[in-house]
Amino acid sequence: MESLILEATSMTPSISFNAEEGRLEMKGRSIPENSLEFYQPVFEWLDKYVESPQDKTVVHIQFDYFNTSSSKCILDVLKRIDKIDQKGLDVLVKWYYDESDEDMMEAGEDYEDLLDAPFEFVALEEE
Amino acid sequence: MQITVDQPRSMLDIYKLYENMEDNNIMLSFKGEVSFGLINSVLGIIEDKLEVIEGSRKTKKKFYNVLVECLQNLGHHVEGVEDEGPFGKSVLLMIWSESDDYRVATGNYIENDRIPKLQGWLEHINSLDKEALRELYRETMKGDGFSDKGGAGLGFLDIARKSGQKLNFGFKPVDDKSSFFSFQISIPKNGE
Repeated sequence: MESLILEATSMTPSISFNAEEGRLEMKGRSIPENSLEFYQPVFEWLDKYVESPQDKTVVHIQFDYFNTSSSKCILDVLKRIDKIDQKGLDVLVKWYYDESDEDMMEAGEDYEDLLDAPFEFVALEEE
Repeated sequence: MQITVDQPRSMLDIYKLYENMEDNNIMLSFKGEVSFGLINSVLGIIEDKLEVIEGSRKTKKKFYNVLVECLQNLGHHVEGVEDEGPFGKSVLLMIWSESDDYRVATGNYIENDRIPKLQGWLEHINSLDKEALRELYRETMKGDGFSDKGGAGLGFLDIARKSGQKLNFGFKPVDDKSSFFSFQISIPKNGE
């Protein structure tokens, strides 16, 4: 299965989904006014990946900002990740946040509460 | 050497206008038709400005987050408005800085029959504490009632959560069908 690579823009995150390695990475900001348009290809890729995932999948999520329009889409991304967990395969969501950014940490906790997949929180120190 | 050239009396006192805006720390002021293109430009301008004037990363993030929601609320609102006469897509936006906080004010026309629902939602948000806001956010995100386009629902909720402040708002009737919706939020400069 081919990787999904999307470059970051001023409104959307970078996406680097590598099916062979089971490593899925989303990074940057997600503030498009119409987030569904951006996330549609991401959903489609994930739907395919979830059919035959690797034995171990690690999802790295590192957002600077996301808007409320994206928050639902991010939940929908993670719901697809949850399906891997429900299959009994190994999956981990690593949620990175700026150590001073309590809001982003809480946002990760909110997702963790709504999902079954295990989360690991990683506080990033200020450069 | 001082040079004075008196301007014609009929002319607007532009210097006074400038001074007023300067004294009130206006970061950006706009009145007119809004579009997502314009919104994205405003976000870029304010982000650059914040890099220079705001030292706290935490405050910067909170302010930017709140601003995104305020502006996209406006954008989504006017998307659904049919442009008729003066009560069309025209909005007001003002962003300024006070000693203890940043403030964002927006104004837009709204049809009267949409007011009760919006007013009820804003009052409900204002009645909740931090933990209850978080719970409502999770529930709203989970529910199907919320459209992927965002919708003002989650936006106002997020503004209240991120700012930690009450939402200020009012509706002023302009005719039998429409009113003007005024909204203001402050973002404290309390970053560590």
